[in-house]
Amino acid sequence: MSTPTLKQASLREFTRIHGIGAYRPDVIVTNEDVCQWIDSSDEWIRKRTGIATRHRARPEIGVIDMAEGAAREALSQAGIEASQLGAVIVSTVTHPYATPSAAADLADRLGATPAPAFDISAACAGYCYGIAQADALVRSGAADYVLVVGVEKLSDIIDKSERSISFLLGDGAGAAIVGPSEAAGIGPSVWGSDGSKWGAVSMTGSMLPLRDLALGDGSGSVPDSDALAAAWPTLRQDGQTVFRWAVWEMAKVAREALDRAGIESKDLAAFVPHQANMRIIDELAKVLKLPEHVAIARDIADAGNTSAASIPLATHRLLEEQPELSGGLSLQIGFGAGLVFGAQVITLP
Amino acid sequence: MASNEEILAGLAEIVNEETGLATESVELDKSFTDDLDIDSISMMTIVVNAEEKFGVRIPDEEVKNLKTVGDAVDFIANAQA
Repeated sequence: MSTPTLKQASLREFTRIHGIGAYRPDVIVTNEDVCQWIDSSDEWIRKRTGIATRHRARPEIGVIDMAEGAAREALSQAGIEASQLGAVIVSTVTHPYATPSAAADLADRLGATPAPAFDISAACAGYCYGIAQADALVRSGAADYVLVVGVEKLSDIIDKSERSISFLLGDGAGAAIVGPSEAAGIGPSVWGSDGSKWGAVSMTGSMLPLRDLALGDGSGSVPDSDALAAAWPTLRQDGQTVFRWAVWEMAKVAREALDRAGIESKDLAAFVPHQANMRIIDELAKVLKLPEHVAIARDIADAGNTSAASIPLATHRLLEEQPELSGGLSLQIGFGAGLVFGAQVITLP
Repeated sequence: MASNEEILAGLAEIVNEETGLATESVELDKSFTDDLDIDSISMMTIVVNAEEKFGVRIPDEEVKNLKTVGDAVDFIANAQA
């Protein structure tokens, strides 16, 4: 009896990002608009957050619609067909179905069926988590090209009248195509979590009390609409704790991503941190002592904080405004609810 | 070990760097928020820089108790002791 020979997928040495796409919904929410719901001013919001406007999606535009817009642009920029995708990864915390995934529908809409498709839940680190997975899938030979989308409709999970986070948030989608490369284009990912700070950025509660309230006590009484509205979970954060972690702990993560990629900050063309708050971005750049020539993404001023979508959206904008950055190295770092973080140095497409 | 006067002077420099406020205006009885107009995010930057300068740890949950400059000086002095 002959011994069967098991085959394994052959490894690839290098990967890179081949294209980036963006979808920005068309409703612009100004600080004056926000001040209808919270007692504040345009000046106060700009000073504390650096945000002037945020984009939000109309009710009929869903997470998958935005993801599709960004994905089509990324495919076109990469010059590949959806049928060449070996996996579709969507990072989102606002796809309003426990199952099926946003990714499965997206893959089908794009014509990528039967590519494996799945969602990941890593909040504002989700895009970097997705790039880490896509890089591993392509290098392992499990896929040729992988679509990574970061998409959020955060306007569905905010309480307009609260002051810790809601006024920062916007909607949008960003997408990237990861595929084989002749030279190194994605540095080692530095990623992780710290669940001891699970409550630092978190929903007000689980969905189950809302279900119980909606179903009632069996007596046939109609649930109180205010109580129902109050039971809808919305996002909160402990701003001070998050700020401290996002600057000083993330600076360590950013330095490690540079070290592991074998480069120094002077080698960077761009720095694209998660667009959480302009003051986090400015303080991170200061703590990291980035040289003057490094382009720092500040998309947050117009886009607000779009969680998983913020890094690809900000990268897309940098490349639109400064096309000469193409081919340069960018340090990207995502961090957020979990708490979770992910960083890598990439070659800009 | 720094004296309270040295801690105050060091803290005043940190506040000056973060906010541009004159070091003389950073006095023991001044409230960070009401008198010096320092917001919660600037306060975190001051706290982290003070940790580094004085070699102490100021936990997040302690920061809200540091209402005045004097509270911060006392906390740092005790933490160093």
